[in-house]
Amino acid sequence: MIESLTPLLASALGAAIPLVLAGLGELIAERAGVLNLGLEGMMLLGALASFMTVANGGGLFEAVTLGMAAGLLASLVFGFVTITLQANQVAAGLSLTILGSGLSAFLGRSYVGIGAPSSFAPLPIPLLKDIPLLGPSLFSFDLLGYTALIALVAVTWFLSRSRAGLTLKAVGESPVVARSLGLPVTRVRYMAVAFGGLMSGLAGAYYSVAQFKMWQEGLTSGNGWIALALVVFATWRPLRVAVGALLFGSVTALGLYFQAIGMHVSTFALASLPYIATVIVLVIISSDQETVRRHAPAWLGKPFYDDS
Amino acid sequence: MIRFRLVPRVAPSQKMLVYAPLLAVVLTLVVGLTIFAALGQNPLHAFRAFFLDPVSNANGISELLMKASPLCLIALGLAIGYRANIWNIGAEGQMYLGGIFASGLAIHYNDAGGPWLLPTMMLAGAVGGALWASITALCRAQFHANEILVSLMLTYVADLLVKFLVYGPWQDPMANNFPISISFGDDALFAPLASYGWALWEGTRINTSVFITLIAIPLAWFFMDRSFAGFQLSVAGVAPGAARYAGYREKRMVWLALIISGVAAGLAGVTEVAGPLGQLNDRWTPGYGFTAIIVATLGRLHAVGIVIASLLMALLYLGGEAVQVTMQLPKAVSQVFQGLLLLFLLGCDVLVNYRVIMIRPLGVAPAPTPPAPAPAAVST
Repeated sequence: MIESLTPLLASALGAAIPLVLAGLGELIAERAGVLNLGLEGMMLLGALASFMTVANGGGLFEAVTLGMAAGLLASLVFGFVTITLQANQVAAGLSLTILGSGLSAFLGRSYVGIGAPSSFAPLPIPLLKDIPLLGPSLFSFDLLGYTALIALVAVTWFLSRSRAGLTLKAVGESPVVARSLGLPVTRVRYMAVAFGGLMSGLAGAYYSVAQFKMWQEGLTSGNGWIALALVVFATWRPLRVAVGALLFGSVTALGLYFQAIGMHVSTFALASLPYIATVIVLVIISSDQETVRRHAPAWLGKPFYDDS
Repeated sequence: MIRFRLVPRVAPSQKMLVYAPLLAVVLTLVVGLTIFAALGQNPLHAFRAFFLDPVSNANGISELLMKASPLCLIALGLAIGYRANIWNIGAEGQMYLGGIFASGLAIHYNDAGGPWLLPTMMLAGAVGGALWASITALCRAQFHANEILVSLMLTYVADLLVKFLVYGPWQDPMANNFPISISFGDDALFAPLASYGWALWEGTRINTSVFITLIAIPLAWFFMDRSFAGFQLSVAGVAPGAARYAGYREKRMVWLALIISGVAAGLAGVTEVAGPLGQLNDRWTPGYGFTAIIVATLGRLHAVGIVIASLLMALLYLGGEAVQVTMQLPKAVSQVFQGLLLLFLLGCDVLVNYRVIMIRPLGVAPAPTPPAPAPAAVST
């Protein structure tokens, strides 16, 4: 019983990593007041770009770079439409998801059904990995897992301790005031959206070259949307994104666990657990409107016309 | 270097409301055909294969209407909510539930049907869609949960529910483990128009389900543009503060918007399973619920606009299927076109509220007249 907890924990962490990556990216974008619902689309493009790279003989570093570049490119298109052209962010984000799903399915059709020739392997930390129970799961991430940890620390520091983080938050709270203080609102918003794109590209790469080691249409299976929900769940605070991601990772892992111990639960019911959990968690968090209102960036989702 | 600036218009340009979608269509075509060219296809040939050949005969027109009909129906329902900034993006899931409820009846009464079966299925489908949407309504109205995320999550659950049914209890025992239900009997199917001796539609699949949409169009128009409830929803969308001040009850509007769009999507689900499919299977919709979001936006949340937009989107689906056969291109190409079109439309819409002004740097090439507006935006 106890020894079966190690793989359980490992699969929970594995499912949490991409959610942390994408969630942190979206969190930064939203703190600058830009709601990008295109996460799923950017992740799919990133996943495909990475997979195409390794499938064509490229290295892993190259794959991750190209995956992030794909996410970046998609996010800049979104940024141009919403920040420069003032379009509705909800609709633009949806169209980015539709375009990303379509484009990745279209361009990736000849890559379906082949395994990734190279993929990320776990890099256990010496000594720590030998701690019973926790060691093998907590201290043997692959490189992208460690990146997620570093990103978590970096984003937390950036938002709470750096001047640039303060600027970002000011832009998300009130671009009007930020502008009158001489802050480059438009540039900050673009950079925040671009960061979101880079991070979702990375999250996508995690699916195709680290976790599943393959490409198929809709590989990310709605996890981009779960990452979006995580940001609300976290009430826009980075550490809570990680907590939430772990929670969702555990729900996913629990499904696999039930199956492994031979419980007779429909696989479809188990597969629906993360989605149902998302709804329940959203309901619980949102019912406390006071907290949500206090933490949500005041300008979230609204366009800002810079008349300078 | 020449730079461009946006200058807000005093009032939205009525001309641009019409021209922006046209411009978006043109831009989509240009980019789309460039993609074809990049894939080594002759763009003109591709254009004909994609947009003209599929609708060059009665059968093509029938297929076009069969696809436009559910799209239009769902989009009409969605538009009602979107006007109030209630973003139901889970119509796909609500459509699944409509299909499931209707299929349940069709399968259960397979041997004991009658003329009552199809109307009952329609009713059940509408209820199924509404019930699924009401979960979202409950989460949003009572607990302030974001309806975008909730409705989308429920779509994934609905998809798994369909899979559970067709891989499990509703699987056709004769289907060699294929995830399909039994084929419905005639009592559970919409009759083809051809069966009424309509010579024009001889040999085509178009059926009586299109009348549901034909009835829904004026109803939706009346509700959106002539009824008090529709007015309240519009006010809530444009000026939430004013709506609150006027005492419009937000919860009621959330419920109303979601139930209406759920009913519409559920009915669309019935028209699919009891129409072209005649059974329930695990991948029975080409994403109508999501495409309808584009249809509603492209149609400017207006009944007439939605009718036109649904025909255009249906053409994109048909074209996608056609080039899949004739040019061995994947079906996802229609999704690419759809995404591009929506993105271009949102971008072009800047011209409705802003004028684009070209700024020349001072001292370089003096402009003959003061800063000339970009040609596309001259007329206000």
